Amino acid sequence: MILLFVSLFSFSVNSNAKSITLGWAAWDPANALQELTKEFTAETGIEVNFEFVPWPNFADRMLNELNNKGKTFDLLIGDSQWIGAGAVYGHYVKLNDFFDKEGISMSDFSPATVYAYSTWPKGSENYYALPAMGDALAWAYRKDWFDRPELKSEFKKKHGYDLGVPANWNQLYDMCTFFQGREIDGQKRYGAAINTERGSEGITMGVTAAMYAWGMEYENPNKPYDMEGYFNSPQAVEAVEFYRKLYEDCAPPGHSDAYMVANLDAYKSGQVAFQMNWYAFWPGVSKEDSDGRVSGFFANPKQNVAAATLGGQGISVVKYSDKQDLALEYIKWFARPDVQQKWWDLGGYSCHNDVLNSPSFPTSTVYAQGFLDSMGIVKDFWQEPTFVELMLPMQEAIHDYVVNGKGTAKEALDKIIEEWVEVFEADGKL
Amino acid sequence: MSVKKKFKGLSDKAVGWLFIGPTVLLLLAINIYPLVYAIKMSFTNFYANKIGREPQFVGLKNYIKVLNKEAIWEKMQVTASFMFWTLLLQAIIGLGLALLLNRKFKGNELLTTLIVLPMMLSPAVVGVFWTYLYNPQVGLFNYVVNFFYDLGSFDMIGSSTLAPWAIVIVDTWMWTPFTMLICLAGLRSVPNYLYEAAEVDRASKWQQFIYITLPSVLPFLLLALLFRGIENFKMFDMVVELTSGGPGSATELASINLKREAFEKWKTGYSSAFAVILFVTIFGFGNVYVKVMNKIKER
Repeated sequence: MILLFVSLFSFSVNSNAKSITLGWAAWDPANALQELTKEFTAETGIEVNFEFVPWPNFADRMLNELNNKGKTFDLLIGDSQWIGAGAVYGHYVKLNDFFDKEGISMSDFSPATVYAYSTWPKGSENYYALPAMGDALAWAYRKDWFDRPELKSEFKKKHGYDLGVPANWNQLYDMCTFFQGREIDGQKRYGAAINTERGSEGITMGVTAAMYAWGMEYENPNKPYDMEGYFNSPQAVEAVEFYRKLYEDCAPPGHSDAYMVANLDAYKSGQVAFQMNWYAFWPGVSKEDSDGRVSGFFANPKQNVAAATLGGQGISVVKYSDKQDLALEYIKWFARPDVQQKWWDLGGYSCHNDVLNSPSFPTSTVYAQGFLDSMGIVKDFWQEPTFVELMLPMQEAIHDYVVNGKGTAKEALDKIIEEWVEVFEADGKL
Repeated sequence: MSVKKKFKGLSDKAVGWLFIGPTVLLLLAINIYPLVYAIKMSFTNFYANKIGREPQFVGLKNYIKVLNKEAIWEKMQVTASFMFWTLLLQAIIGLGLALLLNRKFKGNELLTTLIVLPMMLSPAVVGVFWTYLYNPQVGLFNYVVNFFYDLGSFDMIGSSTLAPWAIVIVDTWMWTPFTMLICLAGLRSVPNYLYEAAEVDRASKWQQFIYITLPSVLPFLLLALLFRGIENFKMFDMVVELTSGGPGSATELASINLKREAFEKWKTGYSSAFAVILFVTIFGFGNVYVKVMNKIKER
């Protein structure tokens, strides 16, 4: 009887407790956010439950939830490309009135992140998210190998310049091939772990790092959705060809379907001199340097222009949530400069100007300066509501060309445009 | 006590309906209704993720689009090739193993259990661990191949030539035991007196196999292949885990493409038409196959 009473009482307490659920991808920054959020619960008494979904299933899981008007999540840290669908299909709550009421100003956040993570239509003053996690695709390298005198002199003798942070993609290629197949400390090493994943967005995020650096534009700036001659420009073709060359000559064996975790594994196991990955992983990589491994980090190298692939996410309130007030309270708390500073200290990437513009920021970690540099040059994939339909043909065509070796780069880009035209036509944009 | 007495006042027919009613309702709800709904959707331009946009009737447009799309025919070719090789290999190896295990020898039961193990695993799990077995640097598969014949480093999953074979090998490894079990059941149903009579007639072992064993086991083998054919036509999880349909689209089976069109691109109308075409194809082939199988049985 007593047990029954106690269980009924505890059920009643739990059901009355204020709680919200936050959905995000399962990766290092999510753990940092969980740690940070303990302070929110201590301050407000609102429990925050987390549901972290592995990256390969993240988009599927979350977008299905939104399309089904699910109530599982009150807050969602959704990918930058989802903002269009979130706004147009009414999945996200528009935050302008809330920001005005609470005195949250978007000018307090890095302009690139506000543009990328919060606004729809792009560049407008309609906000559907608060910039939560700044991110861009960057590179880590084995600084301990680069600092070895015998390797330095051999490289200089061969290429005529110093082994170090590559100034452009050609130098990156030279360095990658220098390490490819080389025996260091009795083990065979390889050049670079780059994105080649087929299923979700991996190879697109990787190849666009090269395409942006070559100066690719998705569309005619004066005629939206006119892609011919822009997305398949000679520079874009050259970039895609270069990426294939990088894959063929520099990737470790079996690296044909690799993204974040596979790149990390290849790097941490000492297989490669370079890895391409998101800034989100650098705190972990830096912290886990051991057995003589010293990591260096640098922003995406330029080629014709300085540019980097945008990652990162904004935090949005889900329209179908019954607890929007509690979710908004979390956003209000998260936007506070002191919380943003703690967010950075714990390993999250704050987008708040107070944090980024602090004089101590560039030297606060070995990758902080690279992050600042990258966030000034980021470019993103289409953020259209139809972004998944736009992503899939690019994944297939690029993988077919880069990994499968089928056709030419020009044919791959032409094929992508053909599919994109169909998507935009179905969406009434063309 | 008769059923009639137990359900007093109900006719036998009513009692029958009472028993099968829930199953019929469930079948209507989860099979027939979605099928009818999909057929209806296949004539519209419906996108399930575009909230508020009413589907419009587009006639046969989706069907024409599917049938005229080169990429769809490529996926169908990949599926056909996958089915052909898996069924062929599973028929030959499955029958061979069944013949072997039909003999009495020490350890027969243990060997049967070990051979059957792969089909008890989840296809997704099989897909994941074979990615490790196929790893060019540390994979056991590559090591074994190189042990017998030095091919150097080769990537089963990353090569467009080898990847289709990679999925065929895994499916054959996993599902040959199924074919074997069905054939074994067939072999054990062959009466011994047939072989005794053949011995008396001085028939060779080969003649006994051709004129007694094979005709007896063939209906069983065909049944096993029918099941495997239907399963492989809709193969999804193992291949997604193993290759994600890649490299490029080298192993993108029709079912994987259908899932991408329906639940990633959300082209509901178009993918419904594609699903209906696949359904009609497998239904048609299945019917013809069953008729052929029945004729063989009657002989």
